[in-house]
Amino acid sequence: MTWLRLALANLTLSPLTTLVNVLLMGLGTASIVLLLLAGVQLTETMSRDAKGVDLVLGAQGSPVQLILSAVYHADVPPGNIKLADAERWADDSRVSAAVPVSLGDSFRGFRIVGTTHQYAELYNADLASGKMWDESMEAVVGAAIAESGALALGSTFAGAHGLVEGGHSHDEQLYSVVGVLAPTGSVVDRLVLTSLESVWELHGQEAHAHEDHEDDHEGEHDAHEDEHDAHEDDHENKHDAHEEEHEGHEEHDAHEHEAHEDEHESHADEHADHEDGHEDEHEAHEDEHEPHEDEHEGHEDEHVGHEDEHGDDEEHRDHEHAEDADEHDHDSDVAYREDIEVTAMLMSYATPMAATTLPLEINAEGSLQAAAPAMEIARILQLVGVGMTALGAFAWVLVVTAALSIFAALYGSLRARRGELAMLRCLGATRYELLIYLIVEGFLMTIFGVSLGVIVGHIVMELVGLWLADTRGISMTGWTWVADEALLIIGLFCVGVVSAIIPAIQAYRTDVATALVEG
Amino acid sequence: MLDVQALRFGYNGQDVVNIENFQLRPRESMAVIGPSGCGKTTFLHLLAGLLKPSSGTIRVLDNDITAMSQAELDRFRGQHIGMVFQRLFLMPALTVRQNIELAQQMARRSRDASRVDSLLEQLGLAGFGQQKPRKLSQGQAQRVAIARALVHAPALVLADEPTSALDDERADDALTLLKDSAEASGASLLVVTHDQRVRGKLDLEFEMEPLK
Repeated sequence: MTWLRLALANLTLSPLTTLVNVLLMGLGTASIVLLLLAGVQLTETMSRDAKGVDLVLGAQGSPVQLILSAVYHADVPPGNIKLADAERWADDSRVSAAVPVSLGDSFRGFRIVGTTHQYAELYNADLASGKMWDESMEAVVGAAIAESGALALGSTFAGAHGLVEGGHSHDEQLYSVVGVLAPTGSVVDRLVLTSLESVWELHGQEAHAHEDHEDDHEGEHDAHEDEHDAHEDDHENKHDAHEEEHEGHEEHDAHEHEAHEDEHESHADEHADHEDGHEDEHEAHEDEHEPHEDEHEGHEDEHVGHEDEHGDDEEHRDHEHAEDADEHDHDSDVAYREDIEVTAMLMSYATPMAATTLPLEINAEGSLQAAAPAMEIARILQLVGVGMTALGAFAWVLVVTAALSIFAALYGSLRARRGELAMLRCLGATRYELLIYLIVEGFLMTIFGVSLGVIVGHIVMELVGLWLADTRGISMTGWTWVADEALLIIGLFCVGVVSAIIPAIQAYRTDVATALVEG
Repeated sequence: MLDVQALRFGYNGQDVVNIENFQLRPRESMAVIGPSGCGKTTFLHLLAGLLKPSSGTIRVLDNDITAMSQAELDRFRGQHIGMVFQRLFLMPALTVRQNIELAQQMARRSRDASRVDSLLEQLGLAGFGQQKPRKLSQGQAQRVAIARALVHAPALVLADEPTSALDDERADDALTLLKDSAEASGASLLVVTHDQRVRGKLDLEFEMEPLK
């Protein structure tokens, strides 16, 4: 106690030095704590958002982009796929659940996801109020959206085209909010969920709105056609680049793109072996109707009729399609075709063994891309990890600087304190006590610095978390502990002891008789 | 109380201190007077156990301190010896009271506030307890050092040149204060000095000459 009091008193003797040392140590500690908290929570958040999703089927392109868009809603989708193609894999015995998602629209930056009720189940998102959607243009919103006041039960809103604010607004048809989900801490909190039909319906109309443009670009369109397959990736990237700037065009491009894909598909289908004769016939019909599709609204009815003819086909499809059929009875303006598209299909494996075979098979076939969130998370984190490591290294440089500064302060004060230390020996202190005394003094600065750093680190994390929740929908908080913090604190205390050890040994070795004479 | 026999201390075979026989009885005060370089400070350090003699014995309160280990010496010194130097070595970070209490704590004595109060009173420092040493005058600071040397009721007080830096009047005051306080607290006092003004002020005198 005596030594602690003496050491504390000594720190107040040169307050500026003490303050600088404590701040340096605090700054280093805060940086490391912040990185630890952010790193762990980022991993946790990413894993939580991908919970239950073992594999994502989507258009070819960057797998990271596919995962970011379809699972995290943090990027634009690489393109669309035909629901029928995706469902062939969904029916595979190795797949236990498959949830289609259709993306592309948003409301005030909150993304609108056309999907099935299963999507909410995937995240264990229960209704806080209202009900799940039954009809087209009914929507269920996540907890964070309701909390932000943007939408509430009973509100109506127009979806805007594109994933950022300011896109073309689908004013013709308004969504109405029929349900609000309870908070899940996952990405669902910031999503507007609706039926697949709602999205198709709006996009069907969207295609007509852009009809004129389509003609203008016809030439360009043809030129791209041949290159299409070979330059798939390039195309994809360009596409992305344009997407941010030209929201309006994006839609348009996507449709062109889809058209190409359809053509390719149908060629491929001609050569492919089909187990199901029905499907062949079916594809043939599709081809027949393809050229009319984008041109005349009047033909829609024909398509509808066509759809009815294929009522039998619908039966072996999942539940959702039965709903589609119902939906379409209510609203005959919308065409339900076999080439309807979704952005991606989220799948769960029935058996862990599926992970070794299914993605390979899907990717080998070529038309679809299969990406595993777990693998892509690892890749993303590896990239983020490089930055984190660099920041971490810098933070440790701060800590080492703080330790050196504490060392310099103690060592520098030793000369002035030689007489004082000798006097303590005269008063009865042992050499070991002087050793402890100096270590305690250095250690106190470390403790203050580390405590300050831990507190500041958590506060800054919380502030960053609030900002991220507001702007990016990433949920992070400062009011949490991670196991590595305990290790960090122990490590930093060791650094503190090491910084004091040399001055302490000098104090231990003080030659009392000489020090008393020389001062 | 203090008994020195055949004490020798030196560096590289050259004796610095060579005292055959030296005694001090309880409550006696003695001045050890000699010119600079006669080894009187070394003698004082030997008596305090801060240096190990080359040969000979030093008995303090019938304990042979030359046979003690370093840690035992530190403890013994803390409990039974009080020391005052020309330079005071007060802890600048502590108040006057804390400086005095420090000696009690180092001696493993329980804190005795009334003992500190009465010493402050006796030395004319009442009301200065909460001051930091640098706020004090030279004379006040020296009285704090004297209080610190006496607070744990040592049997022996060793003072090294306590008067050398002071003018005649203050030197006289300081010596009187030291003698009276040591007497009041029942301690023997040994003052080592080259200051001739000390002559005749203490009970006994011991002359030291440089060794050739």
